[in-house]
Formats: sequence, C-alpha cells, structure tokens
Amino acid sequence: MPTGLLNGGGSLNMKDMTATILKRIGHSVITLFVISILIFIGVEALPGDLAESILGQNALPETVEAFRKELKLDLPPHVRYISWLGDFVQGDMGRSLSNHRPITDLIGWRLSNTLFLAAVAAMVAVPLAIILGILTALYRNTLFDRIVSMVSLSAISFPEFFIAYILIALLSVKLSLFPSIATMDGQMSLMDKLYTIVLPCLTLTMVVLAHMMRQTRAAIINVLATPYIEMALLKGVSRLRVVVVHAFPNALSPVINVVALNMAYLVAGVVIVEVVFVYPGLGQLLVDSVAKRDLPVVQASGLIFASVYIGLNLIADLLSIASNPRLRNPR
Amino acid sequence: MSSLIKFIQKAPWSARIGIIILVMNIAVAAFAPVISPYGETEITGDVWEEMSLTHPLGTDHLGRDLLTRMIYGARNTIALALTITFLSFTLGTLGGFLAATLGGWCDTLLSRMVDLVLSFPTLIFALMVLSVAGTSILSLICVIAVLDATRVFRLARAVAMDIAVMDFVEAGRLRGEKTGWIILREILPNALPPLVAEFGLRFCFVFLFIACLSFLGLGIQPPTADWGSMVKENAGAITFGIFTPLWPAAAIALITVGVNLIVDWFLNLASGLKE
Repeated sequence: MPTGLLNGGGSLNMKDMTATILKRIGHSVITLFVISILIFIGVEALPGDLAESILGQNALPETVEAFRKELKLDLPPHVRYISWLGDFVQGDMGRSLSNHRPITDLIGWRLSNTLFLAAVAAMVAVPLAIILGILTALYRNTLFDRIVSMVSLSAISFPEFFIAYILIALLSVKLSLFPSIATMDGQMSLMDKLYTIVLPCLTLTMVVLAHMMRQTRAAIINVLATPYIEMALLKGVSRLRVVVVHAFPNALSPVINVVALNMAYLVAGVVIVEVVFVYPGLGQLLVDSVAKRDLPVVQASGLIFASVYIGLNLIADLLSIASNPRLRNPR
Repeated sequence: MSSLIKFIQKAPWSARIGIIILVMNIAVAAFAPVISPYGETEITGDVWEEMSLTHPLGTDHLGRDLLTRMIYGARNTIALALTITFLSFTLGTLGGFLAATLGGWCDTLLSRMVDLVLSFPTLIFALMVLSVAGTSILSLICVIAVLDATRVFRLARAVAMDIAVMDFVEAGRLRGEKTGWIILREILPNALPPLVAEFGLRFCFVFLFIACLSFLGLGIQPPTADWGSMVKENAGAITFGIFTPLWPAAAIALITVGVNLIVDWFLNLASGLKE
C-alpha cells in the first residue's frame, strides 16, 4: 500500500491540490464580482436621483439632464453596470465629479504611492515581527518576553493616529529628526522618498507588528510542545537550533497566513496614516472624495482597495495551502 | 452588592486597573454637566493656550476649554459606542442563533452574506456607505452596527451550533416549543459567557472605529465634542510643539486598554470554568 501511494498517489494529490487552488481562486473572483455589483448598487440606492442630489434642488432641468447624460444615468442599470465594469477593467474609470479630471490620472500616481508606503512598511515589519516572535518564544516568560508582549498588547489597543502623533511629537517636533508631513513629488530620488516616509512607515510597522509577532510566538510555542522537539532537546541540540531549525519550519503555515492577512490590513490601515501625514495616496483620495461625495472616485478607489484586499487574502490562503503538507495532500 | 465587591476583590491587578479606568470614564460621562468647568461649546480663551489654573489642559483650536471638551467628548463617544454595540449585538446574536437553530437555507443565506461583508476591509466599506448615505449620526449608527454585527454573527452562530445539538434543546423541540422560545430560554443563557467577553471586545472595536471615522471628519460632526474629531481639529498644534491633540488620543487609548484588561480577565475566568 505505501508503494502504491508513492507511485500513483503523487499525481492524484497534485490534481486534488490544483482543484483546491482553482476553487479558492474562483471563490475570490466571485466575491470580487459580487462586491463590484454591491459598490455599483450602493450608488444606485441613493435616495432620489444622483444628479439632483448632487446638483441640488434648485438646479435647472437642462443642467440635470446634461449631468444625467454625462453619467449615462439615462440608460438602464444593468447596461450601465456592464459598461462601468468593462471600462474599469480596461483602465477607464470615468471622470471625477468635482474637478472633471479622468479618474485614472488621479488614481495612478496615488496608487503607486500607497503601494510604495505599504511595501516599505511590510519590508520592515515582517522580518522584525518574525525575529521578535522567535526571540520571545525562545525566552518565553522572561522579563524580555513580558515587556515585549506588554508593549505589543498596548500597541494593538491604540488607535493608529495616537501612535502617529506620539511619533510626530517625539521624533519630529522634539528631536526634529524626520519631517512630520510626507509630501511626495515625481522627481524625488528613492533615498529622499524613503526619508520622507520614515514616520508613516514606522507608524504602520507598529500597527501590524504586534499581531504578527504574537501569532509567530504562539505558533512556535505550540510546536515546542510536541514530542519531537522534546526528543531534539534530549538529544542535546541547542535551544536556538531547536527553535530555528526544528520548530520554525513547522510553524511556518500559520505565520505565513497571519503575515499575508496583516498585509491586507495594512492596505486598509494606510488610510488613517495617509491622512495624518498628508501623504498623497489612494486612502487620502478616498477620504477626500467621500467628504465631497465624489461618487465615481469613491467607486473606483473602493473597487481598487477591494481587489487588493481580496487578492492578498487569496495569497494568504494559497500560501498556507502550499506551506502545510496536510492541506497540500487532502485525504 | 457585597457579592459583587467580593467578586472584584478576587480580580487580578490588571483587571482592577481596567475596572477603575472604566468606572472613572463612565462617571465622567454621566456627570459631565456637573463636573465640567465650562459649557460644551463655550469659547473661554485664546487659541491653543498652555495649561493653566483656569484651563487645566489648555484650550483647543477655537479657544474652548480642552478639559470641558474632553468631558463632554467622553459622554458623546461612550454613549454612541454603547448604543452601536448593543444594536450590533442584538442583530448579530439574533442572526447567529437563528442560523444555528433553523439551519438549511436560512443558515446558508445569512452566512454567505456575512462572508461577503467580511471579505472587504471594514473601514473602506464604511467610507463607501457613508459617501452614499451622508454623514449623519443615524447613518453612522446603522453602518457601524451592521458591519459589526457580522463579526458577532460569526461567534454567536459558532457558539449556538454547539448548544443546538445538545439533548435538552432536542427535548425542547420534541416538546413542541417554538423557535423563539428555544433561542431565548435554552440557547441564550448557555451562550452568554463567551458573548459577554465578546461584547467588551466589540465595544473597543466600535469605539476605535467611531474615533477613526471622526478623525477622518466623517463621524460625529462639530460642534459636538468627540475625542476622534478633537484629535483631528487640533492636529495642527503639534507642529508648534503644543501637545493638545495627544490628550483626546490618549483618552481613546486609555479606555480601550481598560476594557481589554477586563475582557482578558473574563476570558481567563470563562476558560478556567471549563477545565
């Protein structure tokens, strides 16, 4: 029986795994599709007519008519939905209501700024979280462990803007090390850009670090309770080697999962941080557009946030399937 | 009353700190008009004055006394957060219990809808709904309550699933009791301990969420005092080296830490009882 499993089972399991992955991808695509419908209907459900509610009650009938034409409000909903989604996928997101610029122009640069900030924060936060997680698991229940978990617990319960303003007060106002406002322009060199985003990046790191670190610590401690770790310890393997070589690879699946989930959180958490530091990103644009009720921009940036979020969640699931042998070979 | 005091005396020091923080906040909120030195929107001094005897925490960006604004802010924000948490709990537990007891299409439908909402970042979802519904207190309450109810639903359904298969529920069904009776008299009392702990966590989440939305200028609208919007309004002061916005931000952090400490204690108690 074991030989049979080795020979014929391999390809069968590969097929099972492909099916699992395809199912998961299909699930994400459907979710995204339904969310795009929801985003579209949300604007439809606006009490009264969109044109009237934006132009006000006193608008001339001709103005309202022209506005309805511009937004294609004279067409039936499903036709508009399909053309909206079709244009969106091809990169044409329509025009902003407040300044009539093409939304693609507004969003393109800001999206790259947001992704840059999130990526830098991730590059700092992920290795730091894993190292701290390993260290706290290694020296668990010591003073070091207690201090780190106290700090991380309180970081979880603080609002993002509190951390941001404390950092500004300390590092920008008191010590004048870094700028408190992160203005970006296209001509800045990479070093200048990195210097500008030190504080926002630090804030984001603090926000996501705690959760990832605690999860890493918990996952490693879970594995440390298993018999094979006891065996390794009895064999005389050093504690560091046990944690890094024996325990960590088996704790990888939950760690990867929580890392990817936190990356998804980063994309949403970036909104507050962008507003605090006046960073020209997509979150700032979204908040401004909500305040101005610039619905096409809200729709477009909402759909982009949703796609990135769902995409990262998908990656989280796929990676945890790939890193867990039990999920990789379902019964 | 004396049993309550005994119960609290057994609490670890971390939980006691949490209880003190919470009681102080609630007392301040309840007696706001009595203890605050000035009126909620009364302009009493210059812009961003330093701390002094007449203005213990200084003044805000319009020259209103910051301490007064903080006290009224406690009242408005805590009341709003409590209302929303109660609403989301009623919605979420009702939905979760219904899904667990009825099963079938009801369960599938509710669970799919909840999954859909959960697959979208909450803040972005709220922002999009608020852009359509406008930023009034009523729409704020509805949006956050419904979004938060999805998380309560998950827990309530999971807890009720375990209870719904027990013998005494089966016996109730065979006796011919109605679904409403089974939910209220059989499932609810047994599902209460984990739900109480969850209530604390959800309150923190709602509190932070309102603070975030207010901070973004889309929550509670001025001139109503509210901690989140106070941070936003006074944010400019920090570049002059005046730390006015840190006070309301610290108050938000303090109350969430306090509630978290109590929740931790409750969770420990609940898991201890099971052993």
